[in-house]
This record gives sequence, C-alpha cells and structure tokens, in this order.
Amino acid sequence: MKAATIQLETLTCPSCMQKIEAAVKGLNGIEQDSVKVSFNTSKVKLNFDDDKISIEEIEKAITGVGYEVQKSRVKPV
Amino acid sequence: MQRQILKNRNKIALISGILIAIAFLSKWTMGNMHIFEWALIIASILGAAPIAIQAYQALRVKVVSIDVLVTIAVFGAFLIGNFEESAIVTFLFLFGAYLEQRTLNKTRSAIKELTEMAPETALKLMENGEFEEVDVDEVDVGDVLLVKTGAKVPVDGTVLSGEGSVNEASITGESIPVAKEKGSNVYAGTILDNGTIQIVADRVGEDTTFGKIIELVEEAQDSKSEAERFIDRFAKYYTPAVLVLSFIVWLISRNVELAITILVLGCPGALVIGVPVSNVAGIGNGARHGVLLKGSEVIGDFSRLNTMVFDKTGTLTMGNPSVAETEYYGDNIEEALGYLASIERESDHPLAKAVLEKIGETTFSPVENTEVIKGEGIVAAVNGHRVAVGNVALMEREQVELDEKARADIARFEKNGNSLVLTAVDGQLKILMGVSDQIRPGVKEDLQRLKKLGVRNLIMLSGDNQGTVDAVSRALGLTEAHGNMLPEDKAAYIKKLIEEEGRIVAFVGDGVNDSPSLASAHIGIAMGSGTDVAIETSDVVLMNSDFGRLPHALGLAKATARNMKQNIFIAVGVVLVLLTSLIFSDWMNMSIGMLVHEGSILAVILNGMRLLRYRLPRRYA
Repeated sequence: MKAATIQLETLTCPSCMQKIEAAVKGLNGIEQDSVKVSFNTSKVKLNFDDDKISIEEIEKAITGVGYEVQKSRVKPV
Repeated sequence: MQRQILKNRNKIALISGILIAIAFLSKWTMGNMHIFEWALIIASILGAAPIAIQAYQALRVKVVSIDVLVTIAVFGAFLIGNFEESAIVTFLFLFGAYLEQRTLNKTRSAIKELTEMAPETALKLMENGEFEEVDVDEVDVGDVLLVKTGAKVPVDGTVLSGEGSVNEASITGESIPVAKEKGSNVYAGTILDNGTIQIVADRVGEDTTFGKIIELVEEAQDSKSEAERFIDRFAKYYTPAVLVLSFIVWLISRNVELAITILVLGCPGALVIGVPVSNVAGIGNGARHGVLLKGSEVIGDFSRLNTMVFDKTGTLTMGNPSVAETEYYGDNIEEALGYLASIERESDHPLAKAVLEKIGETTFSPVENTEVIKGEGIVAAVNGHRVAVGNVALMEREQVELDEKARADIARFEKNGNSLVLTAVDGQLKILMGVSDQIRPGVKEDLQRLKKLGVRNLIMLSGDNQGTVDAVSRALGLTEAHGNMLPEDKAAYIKKLIEEEGRIVAFVGDGVNDSPSLASAHIGIAMGSGTDVAIETSDVVLMNSDFGRLPHALGLAKATARNMKQNIFIAVGVVLVLLTSLIFSDWMNMSIGMLVHEGSILAVILNGMRLLRYRLPRRYA
C-alpha cells in the first residue's frame, strides 16, 4: 500500500470533485474509503496498492476527466 | 484536441461573446437576420464544444454533472432552432466559470501566501565538501546545510557554526529578529535577516513546525461539517433528478423550451460552493492574523460559544512570579534570608526562583536532611538549625506560633492575590513573603471584548490558593473563579458545565499540563508559541501566545458562521425564485436562468471574500 498526494490545477467548479472522485474510485487497486478530493487546496489524497496500479495510471485517469496534474508525491503507508 | 479546447475555454468564451455582440449589432443596426443567425450558430457550436467535452468525460465515469445538463439544454435549443438561447447560455456558462476562477483564487489567496512561504531549496553539504543547491525534499535528517543572508531556513535544525538574526514571523507571528548562534534552534520557513549560519537538520518536510502548521491549515480549509456533507450527498442525486424531471415535463407537455429551461435552472452551483468559500476565506483571514482555526466544525462551535474557561498561570497571568510583599519578624533576619536562599537554591519550585531573585546576594550554607512535604513545603537542617519553608499548613505542622500581627499580614497578603512563602528557623517565624504573578497587560480589556461578543460566563480555574484566585478574578472582572484545582479537577469541572448545564465551552490553557481540559471542552485553545503540543491538541491556536488575538478569533468565527448561513440562504433562495418564476411568469427563459445561476455563484464568492477583510468592529473594541 502506498499513500499518494496529487496536486491538481486549481479546482473551481463544484462538480469537479464528483468527477475526479468517480474517475479515481473506478480504478482497480484503489482503497475506496481513502479517496479524498479537496476543493480549496485542489488536492487528491488516496491510498493505492502499488502491485495493481501505478501512480502514472492514476494521474492518467484524472487527466482523462479533464484536470491537469501538477505534481504528485507517493509515500509508503 | 480535447485538451486544447479545454485549455482555451477562456479564449472561446471571449470569441463567442464577440460573435454574440456582432449578431445583435447587425440585427439592430442593419436588420440583417442572416448574419444574426449565422453568428449565433457559430457562437453556439464554439461555446458548446468545451462544455460537451466535459460532459462526455463526466458521463464516462458515470457522473451526471452540471455540464451534462447544460449540454443537453444547448442541444435542445439548437434543435428547435433557438440559436439566440443556445449561444447566450453557453457564453454565460463559460464566462461565469472564468469569473469564478478569478474570484475563487482571491478568496484562497490568504492561505496561499502562507503556504508559499514554505522553503523550496536548500544548500546541502555534499560528499565533495561543497555546498550545492538541492530541492528541499532531498534533505534528510542529519544533513548539514548552509543558510545565507536573506534566505529561508529550509528545515528545523540546530546551528553548528556562524551567527545571525532570524525573522520568525512565519512561526510565531512576531517579526522582531531573534539572535542565533552555535547551539540555537532554528525553524523551517523563518528568514535569516543577516549573517550566515551552518545548521544540521533535526526535522525535515512535514515534520517541521512550519510543515505542521501548513498541513493543519490545508486540512482545515477543506474539512467539512455535517451540513456540508449533507449538501454534498444531496448534490449527487440532485443533478440526475433534474434531468429526470425535465424529461418527464417534456413527456407530458411536449414543450422542449420548457424542458430545457428546467435543465438550466436546476444547476446547483451556489449551494455546493457557498459554504467552502466562506470557510476558506475565514480561515485565511485567521492565518493572516495569527489565529489558526481548525475547520468549519470548529468555526460552528466557536461561534455559538457562551462560556470560556481559563487557566490562570501563564494564560491570564505572565507565568513568571515575583515577590511583591515582604514582612520580617524578630532578629537575625540576615541569617534567616541566607538559610532560605540556600534551601530554595536546591528547589525547582516556580516560587523558588522568585524568592531567590528577591534575596539577591547572600551567604549560602550547606543544606542537609532535606524533606519535601507535598503541597506544603520543605523542612531541612542548615548550620544546625531546623529551617521550614512553605505555606501556613507547614507552619502548623511544625508548630510554629503565628502571632496576631503575623496572622493579619498573612490575611492581607492573600487578599492582595499573593501566594505565601513562610520561613521559620527553629520554630520561630522569621520571614513572610507574598509572591504574585502579574496579570498579562491588556487581558482585562480583552476579557471585556469577549463579554461584548456574547461570552456570558468567564471562569478561571487554578491550582493556586483561593485567596490568590479571588484577587485575580476581582481585578479582571471574571464571573467565577475556583482555586486548589488539579488538572483532572479542571477537566471534570468542564465536563460538568457541558453535560449538566448544557453550555458551549471553550478552554484556554497552556497546552502542556492542561491537555485533559483542552480535550474535554468543545473548543480547546492552546497558548503556545506554535509548539507541537499546542498545535496538535487544540482546535484554535493563537500564534505567539498572544491573548489579544482571542477577541479577533471569536469575532471572526462568528462572522464566518454568519457568512455561511447567508450563502446557503442566497443559494436556496435563488433556486426557489427561479422555479416559482418558471411556473408563474412568462419572462423566464434559459438565458435569464443561466444569468441568475451564474450570478448567484458569483454572489456567494464575493460575499465570502468579505471575510478576508474582517476586523473586529469598533463597538467591541
């Protein structure tokens, strides 16, 4: 298990959060309850299983719903 | 392609705005309906592209977002040939999003200023003996770093060599430079005003004091209250429900115009955004004024506060006691003072320091057979004399006779708010000292401000004797004051206030030995110069232990809570007005609906922004 903090471009619309949350939760290897999208800090925090999915794939899913990823940090849990 | 369109949506909004202007100009000045229609058709298609892409992305992850509603509405308008509506609605939606982005950045600016003070690079000593600039993430505990004049200290560390003065405003809120030399501690995020120092890293990144403050503030601005979680859950089902409703209306009435108008009117923008906007602006204002509020739940409780409980020593008083009054009895006083100083020199009791300061130069004698009697004092043998130093209870135990004058002095000292130190040599009272802890300057005025802000009960709890406690309480105009209390008594007292009397209680204490009380109160407020314990255990942190920021903190919490309610009112009100006018009036259409919808979002953001400029109003000062 790894914990990731992903910094996105500034989030401005309220429905962004729903979209990003749905996009990330739809992936395999994500701990569902750990996903937290923060509106004001424009950050996504989540835990993921690095045997099943890589941080790049998670970033791609977020970019896929239209939000740019600026920087992500991965730490062991 | 998709990404290009999304990136340039602001430019698209501009072009589509110009096209709409051309359309209406040509219609009104030349009466040219041909240009009018074509300009609007191009504007609609251009404007709809980014919205449709967002809608598609949302649907792919099974979310019915606002973009979906708007896209369907625009397509509907387009199909029935109402290009005027489709063009204006897409333009307003894009332009509104642009304005939201601009204004939201403003409301978040206060906190951004804080996080941008975080150091990014460090000069690290490499294996070749040279200092090299590296990313702050690459610094580990134990690394040696060089900090030059004007640079930020990158980590919490200890000075190895060099001297300088550091501006610690980012940690303590106090911008007076602090001198640092070998062995001094320095903190990440502070700025070296002059000098050059080499430091060894003790704590790095998120473990530094500054890192913790930032993490706290970042978490606080996105923390959600119960009400917000409810709104979020509600919003999840709200948008699909609007879609279904509009479909049903169309099935029954076969009126496309009406159905797509419902789609636009149903967009729930202001409701979802209103509370977070107030929250971030309020917390941002606090961060600028040395007050850290831990999230919207805290703001809610804090704003409804009616009882404040204070610790005495170090909170209402300065926390460094000094001898205020002295009386001597009989002869050989010089000798007795020497014995007293000799005993106190070996004690770490807070009063001992005050006594030693008062006595100053004296002859010290060896102290033997020291016996500490808990809660009373010390008995020891000095130069063959039996010397007792302590309170009245100790004197009674030692069967020291207290004559009428001594008893009168004791009563007077206690009434003046002093803690007593009595010294008896061989069973004879020699010295009576009254030690008092000065009240912090300005505390009385601050307490009055808190009262005006609606805190009806100001209660002080202290471990000191009741006489001292009463004196301080009288001087400060408190409503209640209780002495002789241990930390667990204080916590129990607070629990009683909450459970039996239903009060909303804040506790203000020093954060170290008052943690049970901080935890039992609804709101724990620690006075600690940004120390770890204070930051972690409390709900509200006053930077630099500045009691004077308490009224601002309370006023701000009240203003923020009020602001949230206003925003909810605006949001719900707008939806209700739109829906009723759709049913009862004939002027409501898609464009007006979109205008009002975007307008209400901007209204809640601008309303939230007012909090950034909040200051305690004159009438409370």
